Amino acid sequence: MRHILVPLYAIIIFLILWELLVWLNEWPNYKMASPSDIWPAFWKFKGLFFQYGWDTLWRTVVGLFIAVLCGVFLGMIMGFSKVLREAIYPLLVGFNAIPKATVVPIIALMFVGQHDLNTILIAFMISFFPIAVSVSIGLSTLEPEYRDILRSLGASKSLIFWKIALPKTLPEFFGALKVAVTLAFIGTNLMEIVSPHGRGLGALFDSGKTNSDYPLMFAVLIALALLGIGLYYVVVILEKIFAGWAERSTD
Amino acid sequence: MSSYKKKDTIIIKDVTHTYKTETGLLPVIKNLSMSVPENGFTAVVGPSGCGKSTLTKLISGLLQPDEGEVYLSGEKITTPRPTVGMAFQNPVLLEWRSIIKNVMLPLEIVPNKLNSLEKEQRAKQLLSLVGLEGFEQKKPSELSGGMRQRASLCRALVHKPEVLILDEPFGALDAFTREDLWQVMHNLRKEEPFTGILITHDLRESIFLADEVVVLSGRPASKQFFVKVPKSKTPKLESLYSSKSIDMLKSLRKQIEIAQSQQEQNK
Repeated sequence: MRHILVPLYAIIIFLILWELLVWLNEWPNYKMASPSDIWPAFWKFKGLFFQYGWDTLWRTVVGLFIAVLCGVFLGMIMGFSKVLREAIYPLLVGFNAIPKATVVPIIALMFVGQHDLNTILIAFMISFFPIAVSVSIGLSTLEPEYRDILRSLGASKSLIFWKIALPKTLPEFFGALKVAVTLAFIGTNLMEIVSPHGRGLGALFDSGKTNSDYPLMFAVLIALALLGIGLYYVVVILEKIFAGWAERSTD
Repeated sequence: MSSYKKKDTIIIKDVTHTYKTETGLLPVIKNLSMSVPENGFTAVVGPSGCGKSTLTKLISGLLQPDEGEVYLSGEKITTPRPTVGMAFQNPVLLEWRSIIKNVMLPLEIVPNKLNSLEKEQRAKQLLSLVGLEGFEQKKPSELSGGMRQRASLCRALVHKPEVLILDEPFGALDAFTREDLWQVMHNLRKEEPFTGILITHDLRESIFLADEVVVLSGRPASKQFFVKVPKSKTPKLESLYSSKSIDMLKSLRKQIEIAQSQQEQNK
């Protein structure tokens, strides 16, 4: 019970302080909307919130899914072959160093009008790097004795991968996935804000800006936070199921 | 002594092995010959970095010798074989598996006719032999270092290997735990006879556990000296303090010093 009540109180106190801050400073809502402005803003557009929220969510999840596939694949290649790691790693680092905000217009022009594809692409590009790196490090730092135990019994490479390398890398993988979830949301929103006539919460945010509906913009921020929290905890649950052994009991 | 009996379980015949490094060739083993008879247990000691671990890889088939041959039960070794069991200084238990599932791991790889119940019984029987009864369902992280090493020994033996290769399995344990495990090894040998080779840095361990102690020369390693250790049916730790044992330890110590100074010169 305590671990539900304590965060709940913290959130309530946070909202009260926020409301007080705006009220004491007598800020107009275009400077800073208060929590009491946000609910009406949400209610007014609730249909759009659910519709666009769904767009943002599924695009993010699909982008993330592709990022997991590609990231794990690249990580495996780099983890198993030193030569390929030396070849691919600098390219990856270079690619990752490009701020994705600058790639957004390029992709938007490349596939004009294909909002879903554009958005998924950016979500993918921004989030696969930590997964690839963590998987490759997990695999390449596998102690040789682990491999030798199975190899000395005549186990094949793929058997060693399934029995030892893969499970041993899972904690690192989930650590990276938690980072990737947040990054994928950034990617989705960057594209949704930029794409004209697009859909998704980013587009709703942008229309709030064009129509000077500032409480709407804040409401979108809150909606994005809620989606992000939800997806993050989905990853946490998956981690508990598949890599719970890595967590040492504290009692 | 380069002679060996044809029926010995482990035969290492004129083996030479060289590593190719960036700075050139590094010969680690040169013209090494030794053998271990069936159900014999031989300890191999020598200076640090003289190629002892390479020797274990050659016997298990993880490495191929450049020259010479290794035979297990009369068959020449060219690839790893499921009739070998290994344990290292690091117990390398899989943290996501319970102790019993860890012990059963080789049975998932080595072809065998056991059904899952028989596999479990086999693992349980070994675990109780090393004093881990009641710990079957624990995770490795819940066990002490000595207990983990006991489980690792069970895993090495679960598929009834012809040959057990131990690469400093007790090296990281404290002195008392180590002595406990020496007794465990004696129990295991009595109940589960195996042919074994033990790599160690501990001379007391070598004479307490093995029937024969081989001293390797400095790198490149060859057989420099060996001594047979007479064994009583129930070895006791006190026997290590007998004058016979002390003389043996002294002469082994001397041989190690010779090997060390030779390795220094070869640098």
